[in-house]
Amino acid sequence: MAFLNRTILEDRGAGMSEATAGDFFALLKPRVMSLVVFTAFVGMVAAPVAVNPFIALTAILSIAIGAGASGALNMWYDADIDALMRRTASRPVPAGRVKPGEALAFGLVLSVLSVMALGFLVDWLAASLLAFTIFFYAVIYTMWLKRWTPQNIVIGGAAGAFPPVIGWAAATGSVTLEPVILFLIIFLWTPPHFWALALFKADEYGRAGIPMMPNVAGAASTRRQIFAYSVVVAIVGLLPWWLDYAGAPYGAVAAVLGAGFVWYAWKVLRMADGDREMRPAKLLFAYSLLYLFAIFAVYLADTVAERAFGLPGV
Amino acid sequence: MEIETVKPTEAQLKARRSRSVAIALALVAFVVVVYAVSVVRMGPAVIERSF
Repeated sequence: MAFLNRTILEDRGAGMSEATAGDFFALLKPRVMSLVVFTAFVGMVAAPVAVNPFIALTAILSIAIGAGASGALNMWYDADIDALMRRTASRPVPAGRVKPGEALAFGLVLSVLSVMALGFLVDWLAASLLAFTIFFYAVIYTMWLKRWTPQNIVIGGAAGAFPPVIGWAAATGSVTLEPVILFLIIFLWTPPHFWALALFKADEYGRAGIPMMPNVAGAASTRRQIFAYSVVVAIVGLLPWWLDYAGAPYGAVAAVLGAGFVWYAWKVLRMADGDREMRPAKLLFAYSLLYLFAIFAVYLADTVAERAFGLPGV
Repeated sequence: MEIETVKPTEAQLKARRSRSVAIALALVAFVVVVYAVSVVRMGPAVIERSF
């Protein structure tokens, strides 16, 4: 009879992971995901097709997981530069709580799962759009544009703009002009939103070597571009009313929200060169988040009111 | 014969428990979603199929 002598070694971090479920959840970028869920939901409800609630829930869940998966892939690839910026240094991979390989596997598995679930359970056009969005964010934006050009978030903004189109496609199996306008609102909103952040975080982006607009073209040029994009966003925000997709109340609120956007952008444009605090840029950043949420909420309310009460254009 | 085994630390055990619970919940949610969508898609036909 053989006897085994067992030597028990304490695992001091080299072996088993200490990553909690919360760390993996953080890889999904839950705050970004909440905006994705909301805009996809609006796209789905705005579609002229009644969707079964279970199918709608499945679609939203799949889109949310797909968006989260692209966030995990982004955090896997960007761990080196995330570690250099205070805003991102505490993310699970640069902080060492999740190993890079774990984040990559997590992102890939969820990408495949979310696209397959959306395709098999809801609609294949929506699934292919979700797959393209994940690819665009993880590969085109994260791996290519982000470290290469100051137009990174302009082009990359398309990834964040797709959810309402996916929501619409999940409901109808097609894509028309209406969801494309919702896409445009988010797409054109992205540059002023991120450049406002880039203005007051220019030092950190510079340290990480990311060619954001203020670091490449300078603060003055960035402020001018922010203003130009803000004017365009304010106009595009009115398109659903002009094209009769939404009623006058939407048009009125969109006009007020757009005027607010232009007003805050104007304050940024007038910001002094030596302004270290950059309060106008911080205010624009905060307002832009409110703007996007509010304009989609009003669009949703307009659509629901029209359906529920049969009020044309309300 | 001597073998070496590794004893996980308290933090590792706690983290593994948390991951296991999350995976279990996610799998249960996935099964429920697939079941619910199957019923919605097939309707009453879900129990009328010939096997």
